[in-house]
Amino acid sequence: MSPEHGAAVATALTNYVFPNDIHVLWSLMIVLYPYITGIVAGAFIVSSLYHVFHIESLKPVSRYALVFALAFLAFATVPLLNHLGHPERAMNMMLTPSPTSAMAGFGYIYSAYAVVLILEILFIYRPTLVALKKKAHGGMKLLYGILTLGSDNLSPEALKVDHKITAFLAAIGIPMACTLHGYVGFIFGGVKANPMWATPLMPVIFLLSASVSGIAGIILSYIVIRKYTNKPIDMDCVRTLIKFLWGCFILDFVFEMLELFSHAYMATHHWEALRDLYTGPLYWSFIVAQVGIFSLIPFVALGVLSLVKFSDKFVMKWGSILSAMILVQVLLMRWNVVIGGQLMSKSERGHAVFHPGFFTKEGIIVSAIIMVLPIVFLWLLSKVFPFWLDDDPAVEGQSA
Amino acid sequence: MMKGIEQEISRGRRAFIKKVLGGTIAGSLLLVIPAGAMDLDKIPEQIPGMRKEKGPFIKGKKFAFIVDITRCIGCGSCCVADKNEYKVPDGNYRTWVERYVIDDHDNVYVDSPNGGLDGYQEPRKDLPHPTRDTFFVPKLCNMCEHPSCVQVCPVGATFQTEDGFVLIDYKRCVGCGYCVQACPYSVRFINPKTETADKCTWCYHRVRKGLLPACVNVCPVQARKFGDLNDHESEVYKILHQPHVISVLKPGMGNKPSLHYVGLRREVV
Repeated sequence: MSPEHGAAVATALTNYVFPNDIHVLWSLMIVLYPYITGIVAGAFIVSSLYHVFHIESLKPVSRYALVFALAFLAFATVPLLNHLGHPERAMNMMLTPSPTSAMAGFGYIYSAYAVVLILEILFIYRPTLVALKKKAHGGMKLLYGILTLGSDNLSPEALKVDHKITAFLAAIGIPMACTLHGYVGFIFGGVKANPMWATPLMPVIFLLSASVSGIAGIILSYIVIRKYTNKPIDMDCVRTLIKFLWGCFILDFVFEMLELFSHAYMATHHWEALRDLYTGPLYWSFIVAQVGIFSLIPFVALGVLSLVKFSDKFVMKWGSILSAMILVQVLLMRWNVVIGGQLMSKSERGHAVFHPGFFTKEGIIVSAIIMVLPIVFLWLLSKVFPFWLDDDPAVEGQSA
Repeated sequence: MMKGIEQEISRGRRAFIKKVLGGTIAGSLLLVIPAGAMDLDKIPEQIPGMRKEKGPFIKGKKFAFIVDITRCIGCGSCCVADKNEYKVPDGNYRTWVERYVIDDHDNVYVDSPNGGLDGYQEPRKDLPHPTRDTFFVPKLCNMCEHPSCVQVCPVGATFQTEDGFVLIDYKRCVGCGYCVQACPYSVRFINPKTETADKCTWCYHRVRKGLLPACVNVCPVQARKFGDLNDHESEVYKILHQPHVISVLKPGMGNKPSLHYVGLRREVV
């Protein structure tokens, strides 16, 4: 008798996919949505490290991080709208929401967060905007007039009030940023029908990966922009950011692996299908790329870069490279969660395949455009909000 | 004695063939009559008392659907009737029929080519071992008492009626696909024509007019049954209150389906 003949329960996988599961419905757009939202939340956390937790070495990027967050926030819903079958009805999610829907909650959290972020930027930049308004002409003068909220009062009392407001906004902004991205994780983690998504660890992993993508985005863009504009780079700031990146990435990567380990260890009836998914269609994008190349290398290298004293040039070069790798890691993670989760049929007997189109409505070209838009918007914002204190007409020894 | 048994078998066969033919003809009739031209009110009432009911939703009724897998022959009539009733776009399925084959090595093979729409006319030939057992499992909306799709819909476009139907308001649906992800049974899809969510409705429009769902109507072997559980004379009430082997799909999901299966096998997901 062959061993399989003696099997009590018939469990052979036959690669049967439910007929409706052949379509991978949530495509690249839904990969980009948590990616962009994560960058927003992470960048805000960088700013709060200075504004709330008073990590002084992060002062050079404290204002830039907020504008950076705004640039990405402005486009966070674009992939969602592009994905919807009826985008013209999108506002119904906020006008007539269903109270039991995890997705309906996102609109409110996103909007509330947008209000806090915009107010935070306007109050922190108020002295700068007032100074710029005085110099400006025509349309720009009008724009600065609107952005200063009609008040040119820069008296010490007024600035004290501003400071109190910004401290308050930053303080409520941190839990809101955490909620924003933790909630995005919950949108996936609350889908009980999908054993890959349905884990209480999902919001935690999403939040931690958001933090690392935001910090990495700030490091990379700070170095690139300063270098490109021939301005000195504050290495103390870069080194501190790298340490935070390393710290957050330790938590992020460990929890990502613990999640996988938990599935394997508990080995419920879902595990067989999950294992086949990770070792099958997700082998290259998850095991090789996300874990092997873009997690393990930065995991070790960021530690070395944080603990060993290297030259400024070396830290700058490798800080940029590792930040870029982390940005790829998080994008891969979004791909493996969003696409990977859908590849496994709810028949638990097989998986579908997915290859994104190039020129399709939700294809690679459109995705690339959507990822470039926040960068273009960031450049536009730089014309209104000076990123750096050394560009700021209002800064003469006063705090940002 | 032997002759008596043979006669009995032969009579059973004749009755069976009659039923199949009857069903096939009924199914074919559905195909030739354009859906729009049919006046449903002129067809004799099939669900007792339904035409007396007033109001958009019916209180005091609790509908249930029963699929008897010991009866299903995999002819695909139900799938044809459904596709015809709703003009379901190719590649999407409001209902489908799965074929299970268990070989003498206890391996389970499942397939559902074209959702069973063409009927299972040939046995599977790609299997390495002799077949020990085979059966068909029709799938459709489970009309859950606790539907995940209703829970997750961000705009309330998917809703539950008082008499237990889970329906979609196609004019409100934003087409986000969250319900498709949330349904444990994969009965939902985004209709490429309307760009909204879509799924089996247990033929709500027919039921409201006292008629059985189209798939129930055409099934030649009565593998699909539909009725009101509050009517103790209904077939579904009797089946669910008799000592049959009855279960629902994925009971661990906690959705409490109103779709019940007679003779459900443990291999079925």
